[in-house]
Amino acid sequence: MVLHISSALTASALHPLLCFCFHNTYPEMENASGLHRQLASMKKNLFDQGYLDEQFYQLEELQDESSPNFVEEVVTLFFRDSSRSMANIDEALQQCPRDFHRLDKFLHRLKGSASSIGAAKMKNECTRLREFCSEENLDGCLRSFQKVKNDHTILRQKLENYLQLLRQVGPVDRASRSGS
Amino acid sequence: MGNPLPSSRAAEAFPAGLRVLIVDDDPTWLKILEKMLRKCSYQGRLLFAPIICEGREGPFFFSVFPLCLFVLDRDFSVQLCTVAVRGGPCTGNLSDRLATDALHILREGKARFDIVISDVNMPDMDGFKLLEHVGLEMDLPVIMMSIDGETSRVMKGVQHGACDYLLKPVRMKELRNIWQHVYRKKMQELKEVETHSIDEVINILRNGSEDIEDRHLMDETEMSSMRKRKDIDNKEFGDQELNDPSTVKKARVVWSVDLHQKFVNAVDQIGFDKVGPKKILDLMNVPGLTRENVASHLQKYRLYLSRLQKQNGGTCGGNMQSDHINKTIKGKFGLKSSTNVQQDWELTKYACTTENFQTHGIVANAAHVSEMNRVAPAQVIASKKTLVNDAQLGLFLSFKGMLPSIREKACKPLHDETPVMQLMQYPEQENYSILEGYSCLANPDLDHEPCFDHFPSSQPLVTSATCTSGKDMKDLYEMKPLQPAMPPMACMIDSISARNAEKVRTSQCYTRD
Repeated sequence: MVLHISSALTASALHPLLCFCFHNTYPEMENASGLHRQLASMKKNLFDQGYLDEQFYQLEELQDESSPNFVEEVVTLFFRDSSRSMANIDEALQQCPRDFHRLDKFLHRLKGSASSIGAAKMKNECTRLREFCSEENLDGCLRSFQKVKNDHTILRQKLENYLQLLRQVGPVDRASRSGS
Repeated sequence: MGNPLPSSRAAEAFPAGLRVLIVDDDPTWLKILEKMLRKCSYQGRLLFAPIICEGREGPFFFSVFPLCLFVLDRDFSVQLCTVAVRGGPCTGNLSDRLATDALHILREGKARFDIVISDVNMPDMDGFKLLEHVGLEMDLPVIMMSIDGETSRVMKGVQHGACDYLLKPVRMKELRNIWQHVYRKKMQELKEVETHSIDEVINILRNGSEDIEDRHLMDETEMSSMRKRKDIDNKEFGDQELNDPSTVKKARVVWSVDLHQKFVNAVDQIGFDKVGPKKILDLMNVPGLTRENVASHLQKYRLYLSRLQKQNGGTCGGNMQSDHINKTIKGKFGLKSSTNVQQDWELTKYACTTENFQTHGIVANAAHVSEMNRVAPAQVIASKKTLVNDAQLGLFLSFKGMLPSIREKACKPLHDETPVMQLMQYPEQENYSILEGYSCLANPDLDHEPCFDHFPSSQPLVTSATCTSGKDMKDLYEMKPLQPAMPPMACMIDSISARNAEKVRTSQCYTRD
């Protein structure tokens, strides 16, 4: 997209500025380390804020030459699947009369999914949500589920940014990254 | 105890081709587990390069059911079947049949899997139910996994027959070791073969014939079990059997729902207390089904029922259960024994083409003859002593008569460091390997393990010999308190093998309860 715009603009003087704005196609090599630093800090934030746990490292370890985009594939799969799970939960919460047993099944599944990519915050909130569910506390459930939803959205946003940046850094750097 | 050597060598032999069925309704986990399994076997190949399974077709994909994707892949020599919707987001309706489909796959082509990893929560069926079915029908090891680690849940899994319970997130290092369950199962199967070869010897002895021909027959059955032990230690069966489903799963019956229903009906009709495999077989009236098929299924069914009983709060007496096991093990192999031993015999013949092994075989034979001469009379006497107190005079007379031959034949090979000695020790090694997973299990037999050491010495030790056997017998009595039909005399033929049999039973109880 950037290339497209820049080719449309004949003024080459604008080019570096444009690249800087989009900040992902900066031509100079020395900025690669800057991207690295940014990537590392993004990841660190995800861990520090408790969105992710060490299961995410596991995924990164599993990634190899035979599946260079493994982490991304798994994350994509997770968000696709968890959105469906959450739609189910939403529906179960709206349903009257409420079937808490059924709800618990969905919650259990969502919790399992969350554990797959190490979505710690979601997982913990799911645990709380299941407690409310076992108490048949609808208010608690609704409140807690709202938190799960928020966590889900934030995590999705953050991971998407992270993975996008990762794609730009390129596969060559991934080996060194996994050590960090 | 330390490091059980056989198992570590087994690791080189077979896990590379392990066929795993993963059943999970979570596509994310399926993807991760699949990757992990591939990685495991890939590493296995790197580490143990010389032993690569052959006969795999090239990597190809084909779908059998709308819901599942079979992946046969030579590169990683893992055959994976991930039961998942092919591509795209799964819609609720499709994945609702997950466990049912998994069962279906297993029923149709169960010989193609070594182990099942299943999630506890399934949309259509409780994972425990699936576990029950797989255990009852397919006799495959099943690993449960779940995000819940509550003890009660894990306990439930174990009670239903799960060989392991993994907590999500599942780790690579846990998956890397799942082969041990397959291996343990195989070893138990081999043990069962040994158990019934003992039964056969018992039958021969019961008939009281001392013919040379019978003796020869005994040699052969014992020999083959000897060789089996050798095989276990040489890990040759890793290549022959584990990787070739046709040899392992020879005469296994598919217990479909219909067939099982017929079985249950028959049991109900007869009454649970009075059931016997023969009666059930007659009632079921299914062509091609054999008595031992029914007997083995009955065994599992009883275990299943006793588990249910336990769950319902009723305390199921351990005695009753062990009685079930004993009876059914006996029943299971009563008829099967001769053919099966023959098969094993054939197998070992194929295996030992090298001259080296041939000589081993002869040594084993010799060792065996001396063992028979040595152990059998002594044990018979011992049992007489405990059973009939009055017979002491005759006892000592006959024992004295036997003694010279014992000394001549048995003492020398036993106390030299010859291959014979090594062969005699195989049972011991075996005990280690089968118990390796149950290191916490008490082993009451170890203290009088080398009971044949008493024999080679002269007169004063005769009493100690009988004492030892008496003790053995007490153990045996404790083991099968409700089985008077089995004469102790017969049980004692080969106290080593009998003990092995006991091991099998204890370990079986342990795993299946």
